[in-house]
Amino acid sequence: MVKKIATRDAYGNALVEFGSDNKIVVMDADLSKSTKTELFKKQYPERFLNMGIAEANMMTAAAGMASCNKIVFASTFAMFASGRAYEQVRNSICYPALNVKIGATHAGITVGEDGASHQTIEDIALMRVLPNMTVISPADAVETRAAVKTAIETDGPFYIRLGRLAVPVINDENDYKFELGKGVLVSEGADVTIVCTGYMVSQTIEAGKLLEKEGIKPRIINIHTIKPIDKDILIKAAKETGAILTVEEHSIIGGLGSAVSEVIVENCPVPVKRVGINDKFGKSGKPDELLVMYGLTPENIAIKAKELLESKKNK
Amino acid sequence: MEIQKLKELKRYATIIRKDIIDQVYSAAAGHPGGSLSCADIVSVLYFKEMRIDPKRPHWEDRDRFVLSKGHCSPALYGALAERGFIPKEDLLKFRQASSYLEGHPSMKLIPGVDMSTGSLGQGISAAVGMALAGKLDGKDYRVYSILGDGEIEEGQVWEALMCAAHYKLDNLTVFLDHNGLQIDGKITDVLSPEPVKDKFEAFGLKVIVVNGHEHQQIVEAIDEAKKTKGKPVMIVAETVKGKGVSFMENEAGWHGTAPNKEQRDKAIAELDDLLAKLEVE
Repeated sequence: MVKKIATRDAYGNALVEFGSDNKIVVMDADLSKSTKTELFKKQYPERFLNMGIAEANMMTAAAGMASCNKIVFASTFAMFASGRAYEQVRNSICYPALNVKIGATHAGITVGEDGASHQTIEDIALMRVLPNMTVISPADAVETRAAVKTAIETDGPFYIRLGRLAVPVINDENDYKFELGKGVLVSEGADVTIVCTGYMVSQTIEAGKLLEKEGIKPRIINIHTIKPIDKDILIKAAKETGAILTVEEHSIIGGLGSAVSEVIVENCPVPVKRVGINDKFGKSGKPDELLVMYGLTPENIAIKAKELLESKKNK
Repeated sequence: MEIQKLKELKRYATIIRKDIIDQVYSAAAGHPGGSLSCADIVSVLYFKEMRIDPKRPHWEDRDRFVLSKGHCSPALYGALAERGFIPKEDLLKFRQASSYLEGHPSMKLIPGVDMSTGSLGQGISAAVGMALAGKLDGKDYRVYSILGDGEIEEGQVWEALMCAAHYKLDNLTVFLDHNGLQIDGKITDVLSPEPVKDKFEAFGLKVIVVNGHEHQQIVEAIDEAKKTKGKPVMIVAETVKGKGVSFMENEAGWHGTAPNKEQRDKAIAELDDLLAKLEVE
């Protein structure tokens, strides 16, 4: 049985693990039980600030603190971090390139029962367009832990996209090395490339098993750093496999699919197809039901990969 | 306060007003009205109150200033130039592509600017963040901020004030530049934030009302703010938009309009007259 841990849990644990430095401050907007910053609060109460249901003020106050040599983690649901407080993130954090790390939990449709109002499927697009912003979308608990550590060690604004749902732990904590801005080669096939991020990495690994049963060997690349994106690994994959499928728990507009397409179109044009939320809002339901409804299952990923492979052969 | 110091503050305020006119004139763009209305507050902060060192703009223990009404950058830049943070001749490059003096303050580009501002309602939150950091670190620096009275129509301002009161930020002193005008007219006609004093008090701040052009009153209010424990202080400064230039006073039209050559010369002549009077006083 594969171990499952929500990336928000790993985030809370990492804040405690790496949070001993007095420069680190954690802010939350009345969601500390859900974002798991309550773990940090228990360990370091004097450096935890509840900023209330006032995300605009939280983001800008985080910037003000960061200007005083603090490393500030500002946490709330991804919807409000990237949407409600967008202009604060832009003007007060990114423009002056301040040391604020946005720990954005509950991203995507796997939020589940809360429904569309709380399921951001636009945040990668919104955050990656901002100059000075680094955008990370970890695949599992191990990657989340490493991302938090890297964010602490790296100066400047970070957006870390995290989920509510417990997801498979696909990396081994003992030998995992996180390299900011580097894609991870998950499997080395050459028939077609599947580029994925976040929870969709484990879904894609499952899709890969389905494809291999049919004699298709996909190359799977995990892009945990959406920005700056690893161009080299993508260009190499385009050259060697001739077709790329992108998979994300995000709108197909503006997210990973767009970021990959930008690199491929400019450097090595090959067919690209995108799997994601197809320009519509989410809805209430169990995460597993929603994944089926929105086509984010291993089965659908495998179908789309085969379609892409066919169109490549017919060219 | 000594007569001599008071005279000096009046003189600096007038020089900053001249700097404002020349910046906006040379840029052929900018915001003279609200810059002129806050010039006296800025002169008290930069030439009397704030613990700052032009040689060390990033000094950790310095007092901080956040111009939340960032469009009034000419007042701040004038003060920074007169205080020695930036060369005075650079003021004439205000808002130009070749210059670092952005239309709205940029902390990355301009020595002495503690926070990038311009999008209304955000500066005050940044000031709250600085004050929180000061408390956390047990530092004795103070944080000052100036809000516009049109700016307080932004909801974020009230989030920030709620937060400042909740965390008992007595190291934070905020000024309201209460000149009564915003771009589209009187604040009471556009979207009234009145009664401001009652609202600030209801939000948990200590409120002191002063004539925002009387340096003595501003200094006394700051002294009182420094003595206040357990809550942030809001100094409501009753001001005149366009103060110091006769034809700009109380005219909303001068919010964001640059003077032409003739108007510039007339404004400078008026301010020079004022300087001459201060000399013989």
